[in-house]
Amino acid sequence: MSVAATQKKGFGAMLWDYLTTVDHKKIAHLYLAGGGFFFILGGLEALVIRIQLIKPENDFVSAGLYNEMITMHGTTMIFLAAMPILLGLMNAAMPLQIGARDVAFPFLNSLGFWLFMFGGLLLNCSWFLGGAPDGGWTSYASFALTSPGHGIDFYVLGLQIAGAGTLMGGINFLVTIVNMRAPGMTYMRMPLFSWATFITSVLILFAFPALTVALFLLMFDRMFGSAFFDVALGGNTVIWQHLFWIFGHPEVYILILPLFGLFSDVFATFSKKRLFGYTAMVFATMLIAFLGFMVWAHHMFTVGLGPVANSIFAIATMAIAVPTGIKIFNWLATMWGGSITINSAMLWSLGFIPTFTIGGMTGVMLGSAVADYQYHDTYFVVAHFHYVIVGGTIFGIFAGLHYWWPMMFGRILNETMGKITFWFFLVGFHLTFFIQHFLGLMGMPRRYWVFLEDQGLDLGNLISTIGAFLMAIAVIVFFINIIYTAAKGEKSSPDPWDGRTLEWAVETSPPPFYNFKQLPLIRGLDPLWIEKTEGKGKMTPAEPLGDIHMPNGSILPFIMSIGFFIAGFGFIYHGDHAIWYLALYGGMALALGCMAVRSLKDDHGFHIKKEELEREAD
Amino acid sequence: MTDNTNTNQIDPFQKQKNKEELKKHLISFALMIVFTVIAFVIVASESMEKMFVIPLIIIMAVVQVGFQFYYFMHLKERGHEMPAVMIYGGVWCALLTLAALGVITWW
Amino acid sequence: MSQDHSLNPETMPNEPEKATLEGKNKFLGLWFFLGGETVLFASLFGTYLALRNSAADGPTSEELFGLGLVFLMTILLLTSSLTSVYAMYHMKNNNFKKMQVWLGITALLGIAFLTCEIYEFTHYITEYGFTFRSSAFGSAFYTLVGFHGGHVTFGLFWLIGLMIRNAKRGLNLYNAPKFNTFSLYWHFIDVVWVFIFTVVYLMGKVG
Repeated sequence: MSVAATQKKGFGAMLWDYLTTVDHKKIAHLYLAGGGFFFILGGLEALVIRIQLIKPENDFVSAGLYNEMITMHGTTMIFLAAMPILLGLMNAAMPLQIGARDVAFPFLNSLGFWLFMFGGLLLNCSWFLGGAPDGGWTSYASFALTSPGHGIDFYVLGLQIAGAGTLMGGINFLVTIVNMRAPGMTYMRMPLFSWATFITSVLILFAFPALTVALFLLMFDRMFGSAFFDVALGGNTVIWQHLFWIFGHPEVYILILPLFGLFSDVFATFSKKRLFGYTAMVFATMLIAFLGFMVWAHHMFTVGLGPVANSIFAIATMAIAVPTGIKIFNWLATMWGGSITINSAMLWSLGFIPTFTIGGMTGVMLGSAVADYQYHDTYFVVAHFHYVIVGGTIFGIFAGLHYWWPMMFGRILNETMGKITFWFFLVGFHLTFFIQHFLGLMGMPRRYWVFLEDQGLDLGNLISTIGAFLMAIAVIVFFINIIYTAAKGEKSSPDPWDGRTLEWAVETSPPPFYNFKQLPLIRGLDPLWIEKTEGKGKMTPAEPLGDIHMPNGSILPFIMSIGFFIAGFGFIYHGDHAIWYLALYGGMALALGCMAVRSLKDDHGFHIKKEELEREAD
Repeated sequence: MTDNTNTNQIDPFQKQKNKEELKKHLISFALMIVFTVIAFVIVASESMEKMFVIPLIIIMAVVQVGFQFYYFMHLKERGHEMPAVMIYGGVWCALLTLAALGVITWW
Repeated sequence: MSQDHSLNPETMPNEPEKATLEGKNKFLGLWFFLGGETVLFASLFGTYLALRNSAADGPTSEELFGLGLVFLMTILLLTSSLTSVYAMYHMKNNNFKKMQVWLGITALLGIAFLTCEIYEFTHYITEYGFTFRSSAFGSAFYTLVGFHGGHVTFGLFWLIGLMIRNAKRGLNLYNAPKFNTFSLYWHFIDVVWVFIFTVVYLMGKVG
């Protein structure tokens, strides 16, 4: 993908470079490529769902395959598309924004990516090995235990491996932000995207362990005969629901908060104004994260937790609307009176505000425990979470890709195609999902593979399917745009948008692998903008030119992840035939062996000598 | 290259400080042992009401853990603000999880 | 290697474990990891609390648990926590040999603890037929206590690996953070055990 950076190297050398890289910018490319691949898969699964529902009692896919489609669509989009692309954007931008040369644990960064990639591949191998998981993305223990075949086992192992990678990514970002900010970059001078990365990483740190445990319990029940969810032996399936949603609700904030940060940066840049209410924005983000941990049971209103528990969770849920509202108004106020440039990145951001607000309002409706008994498990819920996840996360990802593409690849994405993508997607999205609110209110339940004729659902479903195809066209145009830009796109200067933050203060585009020759001195919020208004136009160095210490690349993360991948198959099939124990122990030995090599072998990194840096300047 | 590291070149002030800290560690260790013994004795002797014993032993566990964190793991010292934030964040999420699974899980 | 000189300075700084950026990163990274581990163990404790009375037809916690062995295990692990504090004390005084000795004692105490645990599990399985599969209580008990035991095992491999790897080269700024992160991890294992003996064994005995 990064044509400009690697065009001089052969393919083999480039491949080896990417397999062993610990550079946060290249890992960002990997995350975007991996996430993009799974995004296409998830999108195809969505199209299959919509084709099946284009007319009443359709027989495009069987009921069982439909269940696999909905499960894999949800799982893929959340764990394998949205999250990795977000981690990619964080990797690409956050270290530059805080003025760091790399992340705190470059090795872990690479390991996190490869674990995600092999976890995702393991999950998708299920398609070819007797059927994908079919318990819904929530995989409630009651059906997950009785689901025949190995589908759910792939779900458990695939997510376990990918989840471990994400947790590493979270800890890595936290330490990076705490320890590696450039001189003068206080917490309250960090760009909102970096703040959002920090807070999102906190959410990852505290939410993913609950998923880890839930997946272990399910794994033990399915593979080793334990009885956590087996009611006959005293088990309790509600435990799965609690653990899953203790993870699952923070997860949706993990998906949206980074984009809140990103939109803040985009609005400020293209309005040529300082972000309105910076402090309020930071604290609103924290408040959303805090409240986000206390609302998981609103997914379980109909479980029967009792009126007291339901009321507490309903109130907490509605309280989240307050900090979110603060954010919406601050974005509007940032644009108010600004000198606004409307390009693709800005269009996606502008489209996000009304779309996300609709999703937020239906969220408050769903948060009312009493009304929720009507909405529960209908298309109203489906419409709601697509409005927030697509309208927030996917719109934000597109905005972020347009905004940071020049920084990541040195070329500007084509504007015309960008606008075509936006309008097709916006129209397609609202056609698909707005009507689903009404389908849900008319009583159409989610996850059913057919609906009957003449119940008032025919037209709505047809419109919804047409909208899905418009979104597909938009995505195809976007991928053509990527190829076109890589081949013929306009070369970018390091600062194409007249930016305000440090990622636009690097010397070349894409940035050199050490990011900053001399760490910059930060004198306030929007540091580059301050230098521009004071007539200097570039950052003052905070240190004399000297040797730069950089980490060594390593193939170990890749091999270690392959080890876990093989061990995953061993776990899944060990009950079928004893030969699979070979895969189980072999895979674990490979992974743990790599870990041992990494621990026992010293790795001091290397230094880029001052003289080399001086030579490069000529 | 390696032999110069085994010589004691720490300044005496720092050494004294380390020593005083070790004394505090010993005191907290002794208290932890005492708490443990009390907890076991209370339960083994079956001398108290269940409603009273459970909160009591849990409080003693929390105090012990406080000693571990603040003395053994140095959470009280400077430069430990972020670790403290993250541990308390974890404890908060832990309490929510325990509340969910301990209180509102039934059939 | 040229870096080794900077990692073996003439005078060790007061806090060798936090003298380099890598050291500071490791220190914070491990603490944050422990924050996540808190939630991991909370989820296991929660599962145990929800299932601790679901013994089906198998033995209950009151029938199973004996306090003597658990008390011994507690003392072993608490003492190992203190010995690792001693090890860190000698690290700060730049006395590598004494540090290794105290770490060795820590490892022995850890192994003793683990032996007791293995004995305890085999005792339950052979004497009472109480296994991972006998009831939801059994699953929850072995999972919670087993996860802790797994952490102890991992910690022992970590510790022994560190001791052997660095036995010949002594203390420097590259490995001091590694010893320090290990000791933090070891204390945390002790923290978890304090709750296990309270919530699982003592509360299980009270009923």
